[in-house]
Amino acid sequence: MASRTEDLKQALKPEEKRVSSVRPAPPGTALSFQDVAKTFPDGTQALQDVSLTVGDAEIVAVVGPSGSGKSTLLRIASGLTDASSGTVAVGSAVPGYVFQDPTLLPWRTVEANVGLLAELDGVAKEERRRLVADAIALTGLTGFERHRPKALSGGMRMRVSLARALTVRPSLFLFDEPFGALDEITRERLGDELLRLYTRERFAGLFVTHSVVESVLLATRVVVLSARPGRVLAQLEVPFDYPRDGKLRFDTAFTRIALSVSEALRESFT
Amino acid sequence: MTAVDESASLATASVTSSRRRSSRLTGAVWMVLPPIVVLSVVVGVWYLVTYAFLAPRRRFLLPPPHQVVAEGFLDWARFHEILSALAASAKVALVGLAIASALGMVFAILMSQAPWIERAFYPWAVVLQTIPILAIGPLIGFWFGYGFWSKIIVCVLIALFPIITNTLFGLRSVDPGHHDLFTLRRASRWRRLSRLELPGALPAVFTGLRISAGLSVIGAIVGDFFFRQGEPGIGRLIDDYTRSLESGPLFVAVIVSSVFGLAVFWLFGLAAHVIVGPWHESGRR
Repeated sequence: MASRTEDLKQALKPEEKRVSSVRPAPPGTALSFQDVAKTFPDGTQALQDVSLTVGDAEIVAVVGPSGSGKSTLLRIASGLTDASSGTVAVGSAVPGYVFQDPTLLPWRTVEANVGLLAELDGVAKEERRRLVADAIALTGLTGFERHRPKALSGGMRMRVSLARALTVRPSLFLFDEPFGALDEITRERLGDELLRLYTRERFAGLFVTHSVVESVLLATRVVVLSARPGRVLAQLEVPFDYPRDGKLRFDTAFTRIALSVSEALRESFT
Repeated sequence: MTAVDESASLATASVTSSRRRSSRLTGAVWMVLPPIVVLSVVVGVWYLVTYAFLAPRRRFLLPPPHQVVAEGFLDWARFHEILSALAASAKVALVGLAIASALGMVFAILMSQAPWIERAFYPWAVVLQTIPILAIGPLIGFWFGYGFWSKIIVCVLIALFPIITNTLFGLRSVDPGHHDLFTLRRASRWRRLSRLELPGALPAVFTGLRISAGLSVIGAIVGDFFFRQGEPGIGRLIDDYTRSLESGPLFVAVIVSSVFGLAVFWLFGLAAHVIVGPWHESGRR
């Protein structure tokens, strides 16, 4: 595990210029938003006074109706977009970002796709090969190293995307509805596997999803956003310990929490 | 989804493969048959026109197909003359295409890197495309002489534009999600170009190359009509045969140059299939 931390340090290039509104977070905090608002140049107000924190090794799920600025939240956290006002602080130099679309390069094999980020970071070849092999084993992609994305199912592509994010060993992950485009069965399976990964690696995560069940199963806390402009309507703690089992979905206590998330979500539409 | 699913689908594949092989054969027949039918109809109409509509005195305008074959393909001295002219034109076309490709791609890459470069050069690229080559031909001869290099310039002028536009289109059509990925890693401009934009542009580049290859063959032949010094090309031969009313060899020269254009087009299709085919639809046939 100690060597893993070294890998992380190796993998991340020395801090270059930071995006203006993103600051380093205090220790113990992976990500914090203080009164963050975002208005797009066309006048669309996406977020309004959003304050939330993600502690180290904490997974916070964000649910909300379409257009409530969930993705914008992640784009701001990663520095891809600037907040219009408020402060954003991030602990990890470059967070791992898993998009809804797997965004794989179609001309690269699975192996080469997984190694892309480390390659862009200038990680030496030997080191990169090890990182890639680790991530491939961790995400159940063994045997598919030489396949091109075209030959993979949607679920497998998402695994490649996940593996790619894992190679740079970020302490904070941003998940933008990563399983949103998948069928129910695949979705549940990948959810279970993400739980296993989290139990092993204990990264911090901000997980945007449309699925109430998914949010409660994965997260330590669920944040409910309102319809546009997105505001935090409710924050619900999910008190189950990790490692969590997929069967938890059918537990009565689980259902109770899912129900209250669902009710908060219903309020968001009114 | 999993290794199990994968092996299951492999098993189904081997079961259906024999059926697929026979269907591939009928598929091949269906590929070849229609153009052959069209060819036979054309040859039939040809004979009809030659013997039914043309007076014997005027039959030189459209000699019957067997006479074309005899005078052009079977007369070795003639055929050799045509082939060496074709070789000369092929050299012009390929050198022209190579220069146009290199220039076009460099310009497209520069334009993709900075809006001001695009604003400065793109209108002139369009102008270049709209200049009628027949109008500028004499001027080129006037400036650069009436030999090899003027022919090359004609080729480059007409083959350049499709390369520029297609390469630029390819570089521009990169998925925004992929750009985000590279932005997050703070990828340098060079890494973005070499690992994202250029490989992503390859299918479009090949489309441009295919179009320009055809144009460059035309350029080589057109150039021959203007510039009569240096090795005689197929265009020069076509011109000579026309002047001396040798319609048999004339037809053969036309056919041979068309076949050459077709071969070049096919060659680039094959290259696209080999290089881009494994991951992109356009490379498959």
